[in-house]
Amino acid sequence: MSDRVVYLDNAAATRLDERVLEAMTPYFFDTYAVATSEFGYSQGIEAREVLDGAREALADALGASPEELIFTSGSTESSNIALKGVALALGKKKGKHMIVSKIEDFPVLYSSQALEKQGFQVTYLDVDGDGFVDLDRLRDSMTNETILVSIQHANQEIGTIQDIEGIGRICREKGVLFHTDATHTFARVALDVKNIPVDLATVSAHTIHGPKGTGGLYIRQGTQIAKWVDGGFQEFNLRAGLENIAGAVGFAKAVELVTPEETKRLQEMRDRLIDRILAEIPNSTLNGHRWKRLPQNANVTFHFVEGESITLHLDMRGFAVSTGSACFSRSLEGSHVIFGIGGDHERAHGSIRFTFGRYNTMEDVDAVLQASAEIVQELRSISPLGKNKEKEEG
Amino acid sequence: MKFPYSETVLEHFRHPRNVGKIENPDGKATEGSPACGDMVAVYIDVDPKTKTIADIKFESYGCASNIATGSIITELAKGKTLDEAKKITWKEASEALGGLPKIKVHCSVLAVEGLRSAIQNYEERHGLVKEQKPTTVEVIRQRLKKVINPLTGLNVVRTNIVRDIEIKDGTVRVLVDIPQDHQFAHAIKEDITERIEPLWDVKKLVVEFTE
Repeated sequence: MSDRVVYLDNAAATRLDERVLEAMTPYFFDTYAVATSEFGYSQGIEAREVLDGAREALADALGASPEELIFTSGSTESSNIALKGVALALGKKKGKHMIVSKIEDFPVLYSSQALEKQGFQVTYLDVDGDGFVDLDRLRDSMTNETILVSIQHANQEIGTIQDIEGIGRICREKGVLFHTDATHTFARVALDVKNIPVDLATVSAHTIHGPKGTGGLYIRQGTQIAKWVDGGFQEFNLRAGLENIAGAVGFAKAVELVTPEETKRLQEMRDRLIDRILAEIPNSTLNGHRWKRLPQNANVTFHFVEGESITLHLDMRGFAVSTGSACFSRSLEGSHVIFGIGGDHERAHGSIRFTFGRYNTMEDVDAVLQASAEIVQELRSISPLGKNKEKEEG
Repeated sequence: MKFPYSETVLEHFRHPRNVGKIENPDGKATEGSPACGDMVAVYIDVDPKTKTIADIKFESYGCASNIATGSIITELAKGKTLDEAKKITWKEASEALGGLPKIKVHCSVLAVEGLRSAIQNYEERHGLVKEQKPTTVEVIRQRLKKVINPLTGLNVVRTNIVRDIEIKDGTVRVLVDIPQDHQFAHAIKEDITERIEPLWDVKKLVVEFTE
């Protein structure tokens, strides 16, 4: 067993950057007061100013104004507020129909299912083999009753980046609100709300070396959305609850630390891993689009072997990755994303997701490639499947 | 480091015993399906005099529990008589491994079923089935419950694609409700054949498709 851990599950959570912690620390020990109004006491006024500063920085990263960004406890809450808030505001006034893609992450999918139980109708749009939503099909699915389209910016598992500009234009044309879950793209893939007609966007700190439990929701000015986290008047009276000043500061710092150079470096690691796997490990298939994908995401199916066996072997050698295999999931269901792109149980069974972050290096890429190749070969040697094919191609 | 399994499970997972295939085995069976997830194949050679398991090997397309159970079951069965080996339960295998998580029962039980099916396969091929009960529609139905429909990952009986079962003068006719040229028609037919043909009083098996 190796002492060194090569962490390649950065889509799930990232290591906090020390500089983020440093920026946050004063707001636990020095300025810990609640953010008061401008007529409060000194520490509260200072907290208010710090919160406003963080909000401004984050809004800026999206091309938005500060009043258009609310802080939340993370992307799960943001997407819940978006879907349920719009449903509550427009369900009685305009209609009860929503459109989401089949491969959305769970906050959007399960919010949709929860709304269906409340009498809403939801269209779950098919995606193609790479994970793309078809724009014509989207347009055809809209009715006079449609109040919201929620289609992710990029996919959490296979990394495919949607044409959200095209999607947004159609929504704008039809007068339908558009929410995008930008959890995995924020700060790394451009999303400027001045140019892209998106009305609501979910963002989070946990994917960019910021603190867990801090997220945001962009809400375009004038968007009809109802408050349903009730309590105080915080966050422009849209989301009640004591403000997480340290979290907000950490989130803003995390965004500041993401640079185009770093994102380019992640992309180089991604490309090297994908190219080497496809060239050097026979019977492997890339999941998601080769180029229109998250810079930090590689997802591959190794045929004839099972994903949990691969992840456990990798774990014993000090590598952390994730799989879409049913054996790995709590629900014992294979990845809905792999099924969504037309894959079968077998493709989900052997799928492995590698996601890169700030603390990975090119050496990690080569090391995980080497380990994966050995493990896959070993597991294939005990698998009853694929023996002949292996001989032909290997 | 913290792993979700006992030391024994990890040891068998890392170094599975008796892995591989026996060429021309005396008995063999495959349980599970690549379509529903895990799969295990068990091969046995039997000493005809003592009726003990002389050699046993397994192959696994599965998760850690599946591999470890396959490994331990071969160790438990080796050298045992067929009657003893048949009685090995999932619980015994699990205990020998120092316990398995409950959620993993379904992946690990395949290896136990695989051993029993391989022994059954041997007995059927060698005319050793003691109580030779006549094959009934119910017997066929029970066996077909092990045939997995790759489309759904569920068995063909449960998913209602077995339309009709007919037994007449040793000929079994199974009508499957999928088109002849269906992507999985061949695989399903092979799977059905593997399970029904070894029955002692089945002379002929006909698998028909609805279209």
